[in-house]
Amino acid sequence: MWEYTDKVKDHFLNPRNVGTIEDADGVGEVGSLACGDALTLYIKVDGKGIITDAKFQTFGCASAIASSSALTELLIGKPLEEAEKLTNKDIAEYLGGLPREKMHCSVMGQEALEQAIKNMRGEAPSKAEHSHEGELICECFGIFDEEILRAIKENDLQTVEDVTHFTKAGGGCGKCIDDLERLLAEAHGGTVCKTPSARPAFPAEGMTNIQRMHLIESVIDTDIRPKLQADGGNIQLVDIDRNSVLVKFMGMCSGCPSSQATLQNLVEATLKEKVDPELQVREG
Amino acid sequence: MKTIYLDNNATTQVDPVVFETMQPFFTELYGNPSSMHRFGGQVGAKLKEARASVAAILGCEPSEIIFTSCGSESDNTAIRSALNAQPDKRHIITSAVEHPAVLSFCKFLEKKEGYDVTYLGTDEYGRLNLEEYEAAFRPDTAIVSIMWANNETGNIYPIGKMAQTAKQNGVFFHTDAVQAVGKVPIDLKSVPVDMLSLSGHKLHAPKGVGALFVRKKLPFRPLLIGGHQEGSRRAGTENTTGIIALGKACELALAHMDEENTEVRRLRDKLETGLLNAIPDSILNGDRDNRLPNTSNISFGYVEGEAILLMMDQLGIAASSGSACTSGSLEPSHVLRAMGVPFTFAHGSIRFSLSRFNTEEEVDFVIETLPAIIKNLRKLSPFSAEKSAPACTKSFSE
Ligand code: FES
Repeated sequence: MWEYTDKVKDHFLNPRNVGTIEDADGVGEVGSLACGDALTLYIKVDGKGIITDAKFQTFGCASAIASSSALTELLIGKPLEEAEKLTNKDIAEYLGGLPREKMHCSVMGQEALEQAIKNMRGEAPSKAEHSHEGELICECFGIFDEEILRAIKENDLQTVEDVTHFTKAGGGCGKCIDDLERLLAEAHGGTVCKTPSARPAFPAEGMTNIQRMHLIESVIDTDIRPKLQADGGNIQLVDIDRNSVLVKFMGMCSGCPSSQATLQNLVEATLKEKVDPELQVREG
Repeated sequence: MKTIYLDNNATTQVDPVVFETMQPFFTELYGNPSSMHRFGGQVGAKLKEARASVAAILGCEPSEIIFTSCGSESDNTAIRSALNAQPDKRHIITSAVEHPAVLSFCKFLEKKEGYDVTYLGTDEYGRLNLEEYEAAFRPDTAIVSIMWANNETGNIYPIGKMAQTAKQNGVFFHTDAVQAVGKVPIDLKSVPVDMLSLSGHKLHAPKGVGALFVRKKLPFRPLLIGGHQEGSRRAGTENTTGIIALGKACELALAHMDEENTEVRRLRDKLETGLLNAIPDSILNGDRDNRLPNTSNISFGYVEGEAILLMMDQLGIAASSGSACTSGSLEPSHVLRAMGVPFTFAHGSIRFSLSRFNTEEEVDFVIETLPAIIKNLRKLSPFSAEKSAPACTKSFSE
């Protein structure tokens, strides 16, 4: 059993500020059901730039719930400028510490806050940016190099195990361990040479279920969602059951008369090409 | 607060009778069974009795029992012995849903020693495909290792049939029966397995003692080499108190086998039906018709296992979760993933495993309190059946 501080237990058992804010100024969504933890953060900011309200909904373990609750407590009443400087360390400290293995829960809080602020300012979510600039390192959990490098630097991480505790990268099949070592060396000023990997026949070949799932998520984030967003729509990955991928259209796409065509010609076609030709996409 | 212990597949309470039986061997009867004097010799005589009791629950000869420290040691010994005895054979058949004592060891052999391993998959109910199994045999297959019953779902595998197929192919067959011994009848006279592992603490003996059945005349290579204990098949001074306890626990398990299959099963079924009826979006994982009588694995959609467990813990209920968060790993249970349980459900799985020490009141309490816990956690969650329109809300065992 994990050793949680009394404050973590208290925030888990009596979470503060649970729920949604209908007219939120910013909404940040990170994680997914498939990953095992997800957080949606809502913030309300007044004319003076003070965060007057923050609410959350979390799917995850005790420390994920406690970290979300702590985050909202830290945010309410704070000027946005100050809130922007909040890091995962502040969340963990507020809770009197988290087990090292659970530090990724506090990182999720920090990321949700960043997304909420970006959303408030009308900027695109950073995951999409990553995909253009960064390199996907951990396929199991869909984590890019930028996120890993930042976690290493901000938290002075020294080992691959640390990186896994803070970002989840490396916590699945372990295929990305060499890359994590490379990034650790890079962050600490060591020399780095990248070993090219052999390309499989189709991208998802030989992957575990969890890796396939993350690849699907990543393709949706990078290749599909931006196209839908350009037309005021959006898409949510709902579930994956063997070769069947269930998605939900949102925004302008939901109820759009051509949504079936979009589903087949864009969503399914892209996933077939970039993940596995056997995939079938349905709307639910 | 009283603990309602529903985690008997993890470990069990030492039966008070077992405890009483082993006690004198800590204090008055502490001789070394290998000693030449009578003081040690009397302990040796007790080990002999214990060996006979373990043999009786398996339907084998006492000389076919080797005492070990645990199920994992028995599993490792069996596989290593088969490989060492047939150095030309480089292939192993096992399943994707084995206990880590077999699975991790096979992965180690594959990675570090270049063995080929076939991991049999399962269907959505966790059942193995016998055609896939038959097709997996190769001329260089050294051993098959398939568990008798699964620790997470309780599924019982067709070990008799599978051992027979191995025999026809001239391949050694090992079974990890750690979860099965004491819960379901086992008769090694009629089931042609070559080696079988069991563990004391899963059947009301203490931790730190196990046994390995090795069929007479099977070529055997010890894992621990040193003294001549266990007929030179496992060196090291015997854990006498543990072995004597294991003998007693086997005697009691044999005597309680009917109870396990009637009363424990009735309570398990009551708990299972109660929870599935009371909690929407919950599914049973496993083979409804072919399971251990004490085990029920239920997934609660849209909530995470560790959170459920900790809330249950507040009420004194101890169970176990296949959720990634509790295990230190970050992926959900390898057994549920091998069965293709959707992520929507896999993260929120709870294993309830009962024993003859559980009561009706305890089961009633869990049925009364758990629905509110799930409801509260769902209120916290950004996901729900309505919001996420899950791909799969069917019961996996219907
Ligand atoms: S790719 Fe990172 S753990 Fe699998």
